[in-house]
Amino acid sequence: MNRPDPGLGLTLNGAPATLRGDPARRLSQALREDLGLTGTKIGCDAGDCGACTVLVDGRAVCACLTPVAQVAGRAVETVEGAGNAAVTRLRAAFLRHGAAQCGICTPGMLMAAAALLAEVPRPSRDQAEAALGGVLCRCTGYARIIAAVCDAWRDAPAAASPASGQAIGARMARLDGAAKVDGRAVFGADLWQPGGLLLKAVRSPHHRARFGLGDIAGWAAARAPAVAAVFTAADIPGRNIFGTIAPFADQPVLAEGQVRFRGEAVALVAFEDDGAEPDLADFPVTWAAGEPLLDPVLAEAAGAAQLHPHRPANLLTAGRVVRGDVGAALAGAAFAVAGRVETAFVEHAYIEPEAGAAWLEGDVLVIRACTQAPVMDRDETAAILGLPVARLRIIPSAVGGGFGSKLDLSLQPLLGLAVLKTGRPARMVYSRAESMASTTKRHPARIVARAGCDAAGRMVGFDFDGLFDTGAYASWGPTVANRVPVHATGPYRTPHVRARARAVHTNGPVSGAFRGFGVPQAAIMQEMLYDRLARAAGIDRLEFRILNALSDGDATATGQVLRSTGIRACLEALRAPWSRALAAAAAHNAQGGITRRGVGVASCWYGCGNTSLPNPSTIRIALNRTGRVVLYQGATEIGQGSDTVITQIAADALGLPVDAFDLIGPDTALTPDAGKTSASRQTFVTGRAAETAARALRAMILSHANLGDGAVLTSEAGAIRVAEPGAGGQRRIELSRLPADADGHVLVAEESYDPPTSALDADGQGVPYAVYGYGAQLAELEVDRALGTVRLLRITAAHDLGRVINPMLAEGQIEGGIAQGIGLALMEDYVPGRTENLHDYLIPTTGDVPPIDSILIEVPDPEGPGGGARGLGEHVLIPTAPAILNAIGDATGVVIDRVPVLPHRLRAAILAAEAAEAGGGGGGR
Amino acid sequence: MTAPARPDARPGDREPDPDRGAYLRPRDLGAALDCLARGPRLILAGGTDVYPGTGRQAPAGPILDLTAVDGLAGIGPVAGGLRVGALTRWADIAAADLPPALAALRQAAAEVGGRQIQNAGTLGGNLCNASPAADGVPPLLTVDAEIDLASARGLRRVPLADFLTGPRLTLRRDDEVMTGIFIPVAALSGRSRFVKLGARRYLVISIAMVAVRLVVEGGRIATAALAVGACSATTRRLPAVEAALFGAAPDRAAGLIHDAEVAAALSPLDDIRASAGYRAAAAAELLRRAVAALASDGAAAR
Repeated sequence: MNRPDPGLGLTLNGAPATLRGDPARRLSQALREDLGLTGTKIGCDAGDCGACTVLVDGRAVCACLTPVAQVAGRAVETVEGAGNAAVTRLRAAFLRHGAAQCGICTPGMLMAAAALLAEVPRPSRDQAEAALGGVLCRCTGYARIIAAVCDAWRDAPAAASPASGQAIGARMARLDGAAKVDGRAVFGADLWQPGGLLLKAVRSPHHRARFGLGDIAGWAAARAPAVAAVFTAADIPGRNIFGTIAPFADQPVLAEGQVRFRGEAVALVAFEDDGAEPDLADFPVTWAAGEPLLDPVLAEAAGAAQLHPHRPANLLTAGRVVRGDVGAALAGAAFAVAGRVETAFVEHAYIEPEAGAAWLEGDVLVIRACTQAPVMDRDETAAILGLPVARLRIIPSAVGGGFGSKLDLSLQPLLGLAVLKTGRPARMVYSRAESMASTTKRHPARIVARAGCDAAGRMVGFDFDGLFDTGAYASWGPTVANRVPVHATGPYRTPHVRARARAVHTNGPVSGAFRGFGVPQAAIMQEMLYDRLARAAGIDRLEFRILNALSDGDATATGQVLRSTGIRACLEALRAPWSRALAAAAAHNAQGGITRRGVGVASCWYGCGNTSLPNPSTIRIALNRTGRVVLYQGATEIGQGSDTVITQIAADALGLPVDAFDLIGPDTALTPDAGKTSASRQTFVTGRAAETAARALRAMILSHANLGDGAVLTSEAGAIRVAEPGAGGQRRIELSRLPADADGHVLVAEESYDPPTSALDADGQGVPYAVYGYGAQLAELEVDRALGTVRLLRITAAHDLGRVINPMLAEGQIEGGIAQGIGLALMEDYVPGRTENLHDYLIPTTGDVPPIDSILIEVPDPEGPGGGARGLGEHVLIPTAPAILNAIGDATGVVIDRVPVLPHRLRAAILAAEAAEAGGGGGGR
Repeated sequence: MTAPARPDARPGDREPDPDRGAYLRPRDLGAALDCLARGPRLILAGGTDVYPGTGRQAPAGPILDLTAVDGLAGIGPVAGGLRVGALTRWADIAAADLPPALAALRQAAAEVGGRQIQNAGTLGGNLCNASPAADGVPPLLTVDAEIDLASARGLRRVPLADFLTGPRLTLRRDDEVMTGIFIPVAALSGRSRFVKLGARRYLVISIAMVAVRLVVEGGRIATAALAVGACSATTRRLPAVEAALFGAAPDRAAGLIHDAEVAAALSPLDDIRASAGYRAAAAAELLRRAVAALASDGAAAR
């Protein structure tokens, strides 16, 4: 009775194509799975993110919402298509403007923009924003994307690759850009071996429960051959515990008997990867849900149920920094203010849910997945699987956004377990809901603080106490507890400090690393207090900050004496925009009306690298017999630009152009450990290692040529020419005649760098970081007092990068960080069980990010590479939310005590402030 | 024309031919109705609500895809009014040449999701999905829209206000297809406006939304039609507030809309997007703004 499936005919990228199988299947799935067109990305399967945008008869649609039946007889275009002239122009413009960062939204952006350009070849900014309003980006802040779309009509030449010795400072296109705009970048979900297994986790629907597993073997047998195997905690060969900070590791890969948060995995089912729909219905698990602890205040109260037996009062850990006598200082302050603030869980919301594949190569288990920390993944997964690390190879895929959450293990041990147990290849792709429920979040914070200054406005003391909801397991909670007290004062001279932070367990989602490790939450409190203090002291709010800005020779709260301190330069760079903004706001407000404009400013500082802990990076660089330079680059590119920036640094240190370089890695089998992509450390730490290694290679070459360090290198086919300037010597090294190793390398250098730090004592005194980065941002906005809505008008961001390696990438980082700061301030509120999708969990769209002016400041740090570079990645997010909140305060007079400032919260605060004023409360602000 | 079951079929498998079997995509309305007469099916139009509602690669169960049926899409005059075909997509509504009374519908069409959703989603799908925050409903309530339902048993027409009976609940019977939305000519006079409030600029799920249609005769409001969505189980008209506007000068009408009267007509929820009290107050403010904008547009037009 079987009839042949005639399939559905369509035109795909200009050529006839046929789709077979279920006509109700999503077009996104059919394109990727049947036709191998993995350029179309799946971010949500719900039409909320637009990553899967394709054109059907020229109209942009979400392929995830389109049944294949509906494209029968129609023309479908994907990012892989070469025939769409608009797409070709857009690709070039995206490269030119640095509009692709991680690249996961890029195909959707390109296709949505192509539909616009077909109608409007030279769109306005408003038209571009509207046309792209349905595609979410989490990296770029949209500014470069919008600029590229508006500029795509222009026949501008691609920027030339910088000449030898001129890479640092060059606005060069990112090295991974071409693959990203062509849809060729291979993300976690884009590569798998056919005929393997498709893994699905069984996860807890309860925040807290005991559970029992029933007749799993019977369940699996009844579903054979669709179900190939089921794994539980009992199957884990090694240690069923992981956690990024070894002494605190506490999280099971597969739970044993009880679950502590909603989304925790209890079993892993391996389905045959044959296109059939995996079905976990009726999986034999029974839940006995318990009353969850979801409030950290209740969790640390006496008598609260304990999540982990060895952690009384649910305290994971606490950090403190104490200097001087803050009590006396505040008692004697001319002006003192106190405040409190509460923040929410924030979801990383990268557009790429966790995904990867694994297979065996001989007796080596290979896991290829999205990650920020390949070596940590290897070491932790090996321990879980009971493997020596030599038998485990981690290959990071292209990473569609990380922001901290992909530092932790997610599906790596699950993939490894299935492959080890079955000997078969496997893949796993988290659904959006699974990604949001099961991976880490930004810590919600409840902060109380006091600050005081003298009559002249000089800070005398700052007292800070933060309770951080660290969720069910440790993850990076200890780092947050330690980083926050160190940074709590902000980049301001503060003689008397008491800063305490504690990480407390609840049955909420695991709080981990998220761009800034708790410092953004702390900065919200500190910077709001600074505004109130400045007003109390009668000093302009920006000048108050400049007055107190840390300078060279000042000691921080940890007693570290600073050098090359850039915060004052950042704040001073805002003076002109500040005056203009204040005048513009005053002019608007003088007209009366329902809207009020406000201006706010806030600063950041942030230590680059681990807090008082070693975090070396090692880079290998080789000269091939072909004349090419091979950079073994183990730092994971997650969109922030490390592939490009580290190569720029190495190129100038070596003295050859970036064009002469080939990159290998990251790959734990091929590249030395360049550490994790976190803590804003890659440009600084790995950049410094790359610089040192490249200099070492240069020295080898010069030694070979017997010429001095002033010599100029030129790469030629099979040779290096070395010439001293002027009438000096000249040599041509015939590389093909020199002995080479198995990889064809003639000369190889490998160097490490570990930032010099010292341990912190019981009062938090010491040198936690070798290098800090600084910044300050100014927000201008308009509040609709009747509706409580906020419209951002402009953000001006001044950041000290020490030395700007690539201004285009730096600006992209600033814009992207600001977009996340906007979300933190105004809309992002993750509620477990309620907002596990990108429909209810709101992140900024194209229309929510205002024009951003970036001011790049260079106060070189002697420790930094390339002439003094500092980190930037996390700094850029920190000032945004407090600057916005201060601008809201400026506009309305309200004191914000909870973020995000959703419209109903702001409206309630405005009403309360009006009532207080009407009641004659006075008091000023 | 039921397709024979394949002997080796597994649950969830469907016939691959889109014109037969578990996935039907007929070109003829009669065939669609015949098929529903044989048993209920999931009705699929633009897919923008159906697919997000399933965690699966494809929705479960038999499907009737209406997107190929002749005559279900498009906007045009009919006896006594205007008909919008149920399968008319948002993008086509936004681009249509419609009378000023339907400006609110066009404005709503331009704010449903992003362009991708507007290019796929249909007005009929929006109404049948019956979300309390359905963008199509407030504009259509202000033009007294009626719903045409067809089945193998015949045709019937019901007011939209009656059609929507609760969150995700309508009067549509399992064997019925919504074929179109009828707008009586009497309601096509005047000018209208739609305002939607959310916590971000695009892809907004409403905290509150309103549509207002005003007919001004001799400098006085002769008809005021006000509807508020996302603030009750179903979108509501506000007869008491409308009555208060009757006979008013347009430029003074906004001042006649009071929070308490608006709130009395609504039953908003407290949820993660907003508090109930805020929703009601915001709805009143949005109504005032919509009315004021119509009044000033009207003044400018004169």
